[in-house]
Amino acid sequence: MGVTDWLRRRLDHAVDDRLGDDVGARTRALVFRGNEYGFDAYGLGRDHLKVAALLAGWVYRHYFRCHAHGIEHIPAAGRVLFVANHSGQLPYDGLVIGSACFLEPPQPRLVRSMVEHFVPTIPFASYLLPRWGQITGTPENCRRLLDEDEAILVFPEGVRGISKPFSRRYQLQPFGLGFMRLALATNTPIVPVAVIGAEEQAPAVNVRSLARLFGSPSFPVVPYPPFVPLVPLPVKYRLYFGEAMEFKGDADDDDEVLDEKVRAVKHRIESMIHIGLRERKHVFW
Amino acid sequence: MSSGDPSTRPVGDSLTTGPRRRKVVITGIAGRLGRVVARALHHDPRFLVVGLDRRPFPDKPKDIVHHQVDLRSKKARDVFRAGDIDALIHMGQMHDPRSTIAELYSWNVGGTSKLLEYCLAYNVPKVVVLSSASVYGPRPENPQFLTEEAPLLAAQRFPAMRDLVEIDHLASTFFWKARDIETVILRPVHILGRVHNAPSNYLRLDPVPMLLGFDPMVQVIHERDIAEALTCALTPGVRGIYNIVGPGEVPLSVIVRELGRRTLAIPHPIAKPLYALAFRLGLSGYPVAEFDFIRYVCMVDGNRAEQELGFRARATLRETIRAVDEP
Repeated sequence: MGVTDWLRRRLDHAVDDRLGDDVGARTRALVFRGNEYGFDAYGLGRDHLKVAALLAGWVYRHYFRCHAHGIEHIPAAGRVLFVANHSGQLPYDGLVIGSACFLEPPQPRLVRSMVEHFVPTIPFASYLLPRWGQITGTPENCRRLLDEDEAILVFPEGVRGISKPFSRRYQLQPFGLGFMRLALATNTPIVPVAVIGAEEQAPAVNVRSLARLFGSPSFPVVPYPPFVPLVPLPVKYRLYFGEAMEFKGDADDDDEVLDEKVRAVKHRIESMIHIGLRERKHVFW
Repeated sequence: MSSGDPSTRPVGDSLTTGPRRRKVVITGIAGRLGRVVARALHHDPRFLVVGLDRRPFPDKPKDIVHHQVDLRSKKARDVFRAGDIDALIHMGQMHDPRSTIAELYSWNVGGTSKLLEYCLAYNVPKVVVLSSASVYGPRPENPQFLTEEAPLLAAQRFPAMRDLVEIDHLASTFFWKARDIETVILRPVHILGRVHNAPSNYLRLDPVPMLLGFDPMVQVIHERDIAEALTCALTPGVRGIYNIVGPGEVPLSVIVRELGRRTLAIPHPIAKPLYALAFRLGLSGYPVAEFDFIRYVCMVDGNRAEQELGFRARATLRETIRAVDEP
């Protein structure tokens, strides 16, 4: 008890020292519906968020040196669904988009992303991710958060997108329809986001036989030690936030009807990716 | 299903002013929670409390009639036979982890179905069953907040919960079978207080065992708020299934810290065998099947109870947590 308390206090001071005026002020300015112990209903903790903001801010500014375009399209308040392309074997694209929404606009925005169902079974990740605002990806959670005017990040490509091999970089995989049903049911605007750079952070090939052996959806191998993608290459990230798209219709429509709307979002992201790739001079700077 | 505002109901008014009090049978009245509820209803001029429990109720107030009988016995039927019972509050479930499965099943499921049979036979107009939000079961796939429509999956990983799930099912079947009777099923979150239930007992351990790397959000409610919720459920016209939530949600570790307990973080692969052995040797009173409750989220949405029953927990989060250590 004594040792852990001492450690916790030391960590708290260290974080406060390094937080800096900007990130510190942003953590305080965040709209937060916490209880008397500093936690919100989904397990987000203000003190934990400070640590996350510090780490993510460093990764965002100094490791990936991210450049975000279209910040003005991040709404200051109200429900919103950020829809982005997913790539790069490791979900740093989620971290970067979340950091951008927290660090770039005048009013910091907390973006929640949906984690996989197996995450609650993994020690430490099971509670650290919720403390940083991430939640288990169920449609009920999504709907509830949007009804409470929160911001949610979804990757409609899912595992298909993040685990695709390097040879298929910047080719969007088929989009799921779930996000559109949610947007229609909750009357939520969609902000399309294109992520440039994540594709090159871990250029991998997929070894199918090993994936089958471990029963995982893919088994990526990278051509440098330790040969599995753990640490991303220090690529330069570029984010493009598009104009919000509003959709009207019945959330329980047939797949074909929804598919048209989903395609509109996909096209918007695709064209932003093309612009981004054209503007990019180099992968690493 | 909606009851409207209870205070404007003419029936309620006539009961508070009129001479006739509603006769309410409470099972499990001699337990700690039972005594809290009995005291609350006893102070309420609308109700006349009748106890039904096989345990004695030594320090009972004078005008509470107590029948010390087994729920499954013929004498329990005699309590209802006169036909003057206005409501039943069934909270007499047995959770003793040291009893055999057969005994628990016979008491809980057999006893409940007998009780419901009496209510049907002798026209008890209101039946309130105190179930638990644990019947939904802690699962990694759970959404953050479960509504009353969620399936009851507790028994999937936790066979010891089968009785509770079955009581809940019995009550909801009864809800549809006996449409003239107002059946209310309450599913409260973890009840804290002087009660000897699993969550309160767990929090009274020192050090409190936790699973290394797991710290789920939990909901707790004060035992006195349960009495309040039951009173709300007795309002004429109210029927249905309601989740009952307390003042909010906190990580388990925060509760433990608030109580000033030490924690013992055990890696989850060895926690179950370790505590199973300790339980068998009588060193621990904590059944291992309940480890899932300190690993995964099992939280509920209490909006329906707030809107239709007008129930809102009074105790603050801090008061609720501290209630575990009340002398």
